[in-house]
Amino acid sequence: MIDALIAAPLLLPAFAGTATLLFRRRRRWIGAAISVGSSAGLVLLAMILMGQAIAGEPTAYALGNWPAPFGIVLVLDRLAALMLLLTAVLGSAVAAHATLTGLDRKGWHFHPLFQFQLLGINGAFLTGDLFNLFVFFEVLLIASYGLMLHGQGAQRLTAGVQYVIVNLIGSTLFLIALGLLYGITGTLNMADMAVRAAALPPGDMGLLRAGGLLLVTVFALKAALAPLHLWLPRTYGSTAPAVAALFAIMTKVGAYAIIRTVPLIFGDWVGQLLLPAALVAMLLGFVGLLAARGLRDMAAFGLTGSTATLLVAVAQFDQRAMAAALFYLPHTTLAAALLFLTIDLVIRWRPAEGDSIVPTSAFAGQGRLALLFLAAAVALAGLPPLSGFIGKLLILQASLTSPYVIAIWALVLGTSLLAVVGMARAGTTVFWKQGSCPPTSKNRTAFRAIEALPAFFLLAMLGGLTVAAGPATAYADATSRQLFDVPAYVGAVLGPDAPGAVR
Amino acid sequence: MSIEFLVASAIAVLTAAGIYLALRGRTFPVVLGLAMLSYAINLFLFAIGRLTVNRPPLYEKGVTDYADPLPQALVLTAIVISFAMTALAVVLSLRSFLETGTDQVDGIVEADPPQPDREAAP
Repeated sequence: MIDALIAAPLLLPAFAGTATLLFRRRRRWIGAAISVGSSAGLVLLAMILMGQAIAGEPTAYALGNWPAPFGIVLVLDRLAALMLLLTAVLGSAVAAHATLTGLDRKGWHFHPLFQFQLLGINGAFLTGDLFNLFVFFEVLLIASYGLMLHGQGAQRLTAGVQYVIVNLIGSTLFLIALGLLYGITGTLNMADMAVRAAALPPGDMGLLRAGGLLLVTVFALKAALAPLHLWLPRTYGSTAPAVAALFAIMTKVGAYAIIRTVPLIFGDWVGQLLLPAALVAMLLGFVGLLAARGLRDMAAFGLTGSTATLLVAVAQFDQRAMAAALFYLPHTTLAAALLFLTIDLVIRWRPAEGDSIVPTSAFAGQGRLALLFLAAAVALAGLPPLSGFIGKLLILQASLTSPYVIAIWALVLGTSLLAVVGMARAGTTVFWKQGSCPPTSKNRTAFRAIEALPAFFLLAMLGGLTVAAGPATAYADATSRQLFDVPAYVGAVLGPDAPGAVR
Repeated sequence: MSIEFLVASAIAVLTAAGIYLALRGRTFPVVLGLAMLSYAINLFLFAIGRLTVNRPPLYEKGVTDYADPLPQALVLTAIVISFAMTALAVVLSLRSFLETGTDQVDGIVEADPPQPDREAAP
């Protein structure tokens, strides 16, 4: 019974998304309530599942009761539970924000798309089958196309066309990689593939590596590593900021897929290519942040840079570095989302300037926004007192044994400085300098303090992560150990008698 | 000529044409390129179960040689997804053309852009 609960994070948004479809014309508030309620329910479910994952070994749930290598399994372990909880927290904040600010009434079907997006993301985190991972990637991408275009406008459409084309080509590469891997190993189940990849004859290793690299290329495209990052700033900079806040988890889906598949199936040689790409993307992201002229562009570049920082730690494929990455992962997601939500409020509450970084005359709620912006900037740049500082410190500490230690230290510290300068410049311009234009007419939508509630909720989560840094690092450590313990994963999925599950 | 050579070169030609078209600047060739790429992938996925003839499609007791049914299921899924995605890309590029007045993928209006046929609409 408790094993069947693993499927609940997929079923809840699927049913909630369908139910919200009923309320698309009248009584829209019921649809919004279902959506927010389902997101909050996901938080509860994720907490229960996390409690189950802490208890011990990975648990597998065979859908339709078909045994593992033949049927599709959902696998719950510490990493999956962490990602589920993060998605649920972020999803509730964004759903509440979209409802409070009326974003969901700017077009059709916001809430169904939102719920299906959560379904796809949760599925990608839970599945133990590579082709199923592809299917869930498609589910989350299809929903994200709709969400990205929500509200429309010419600029958004142009960026949307590029986003769709880039991701279609990514899906094509994904299928080629899957084809190659299936062709040589004869399986698509991740655990089974891990066993069979280890036993491949040397002649097939070249094909396995080619397939693995193609697969990692696709994941790097989702995680926006250089040189595959170019689509991200434009997409996230042109979509509604609240949607971009949800998309902060999408780059982490790419990072998650790398964390899941590489130690299990391919081995750490992938890191030699991944690490330079992450370092370059980190530099480009934060240079872009410094150069951005709009707040949304700035946040999008900051997201690119901080995701790349995360992947710098991941790409070392070392147990300590992975633990640091797993601590930094929830932080960077929440920080980027907080920044996007704050920017949405700036755009809504400021008189006329939109999202451009220009001096503004005083407006209602300015103090609150300045506080939120400061907190988001501190979090994104990785300054104390928020948890980004601890995360970056852990990453630096874990990189000491890496052959790239000088490059990693120089770039992580240098880009943090760039982030501080860029965010400080934007913050002082927007909140401290007095604009020359007179206060505009009163017929704007009135300032409503309650709109800032989800953003403050995210800030509280960041604060909680900082206060609970001890338990959180312990959790990340245990997760990292579990990730590199391939026999335990194989044993959980294929049964303890499987050939690769011997301890 | 073996059947492997034929299938492999068909996949190669489709992929090359698809990549070339996908790199073009206008949306219509790009959509065509994506379609070609997805055809190439469908063929490729079909071939990963090895090219065999005259074998039963499913395992039965006493049958030692049978065709691998899984790639066919994968191809079906891939066809459905790529079909829907191509339709979405077509609609999106049309909308983008009508709203921005250009069919360039990067949305930058060139010197002599083709105009959407507004008179034809009622």
